[in-house]
Amino acid sequence: MKARILVSLKDIVLDPQGQTVKNALHTLGYDFVQDVRQGKVFELELKGVSREQAEKAIVEISDKVLANPIIEKFSWQILE
Amino acid sequence: MKFGVLVFPGSNCDYDTFYILKDVLRQKSVLLWHKEHDLKNVECVILPGGFSYGDYLRSGAIAKFSPLMQEVKEFALRGGLVLGICNGFQVLLELGLLPGAMLRNKNLKFLCQHVQIRVENSKTPFTHKTKKGQVLKIPIAHFDGNYFAPPETLLELKRNDQIVFCYCNGEGKLSEESNVNGSVESIAGLMNKEGNVMGMMPHPERASELILGSEDGRCIFESVINYLKS
Repeated sequence: MKARILVSLKDIVLDPQGQTVKNALHTLGYDFVQDVRQGKVFELELKGVSREQAEKAIVEISDKVLANPIIEKFSWQILE
Repeated sequence: MKFGVLVFPGSNCDYDTFYILKDVLRQKSVLLWHKEHDLKNVECVILPGGFSYGDYLRSGAIAKFSPLMQEVKEFALRGGLVLGICNGFQVLLELGLLPGAMLRNKNLKFLCQHVQIRVENSKTPFTHKTKKGQVLKIPIAHFDGNYFAPPETLLELKRNDQIVFCYCNGEGKLSEESNVNGSVESIAGLMNKEGNVMGMMPHPERASELILGSEDGRCIFESVINYLKS
């Protein structure tokens, strides 16, 4: 099974990269784009675990490795 | 053995730090490979600058899982002296031995320049040979040196006098201009509550011989040497 995890900066953290992208979009004429936040996508290929074990592991992996909980938040989904 | 300088794949300031300790300050020092499980009875552990694991995922994020880091963590919890410089500071933050986290520099540029930092706390093993308010000229070289801590952590840091260095101008005043990477409250270096673990973004090993433009970083190593003697 495949798991997709999205990691992005928490709202209280400044995202200068997102701001740079937003400014670039405005230059291109997309001035209705109010805000841009940049994040990361991780796709994990899992084998030999139950759905329950996978879900538990994904949360642990995301919290301990993929995201820094001080500055980042994460969300995940299992893709069948 | 006095000093141990950790080496991760991608560390590049390990030898400079080792050279200052061993050849300039004449201390018994050793390089410690990250896969070892032996701190060789050193009295001070230094995590040097560089790009451990290529800064993949996040700076210092993977180095924290290196085998030797378990010993370093236990050494720190026992009260051993630990100094993290630049990437070393990032590893200590990721490991949780120091509070807070590093973000990309606010102007999205890799900053490689001399800066001035002001001593905020001279009563630490790392700064007791300096005076509070003293300005040190030390170079930085980083992309992710924008220190962040949530408001409640900042309050704690101030309450416990954990802030050790702040970016300042030549007159020792803090300003937006001198805070080149955008760190919260211009924080350039801080320590844990117990006072035995310190992290700083500037490179004191690059400011320990006048020939490189400043000797102001030397007093940090000299403070540790002096502290260990007593």
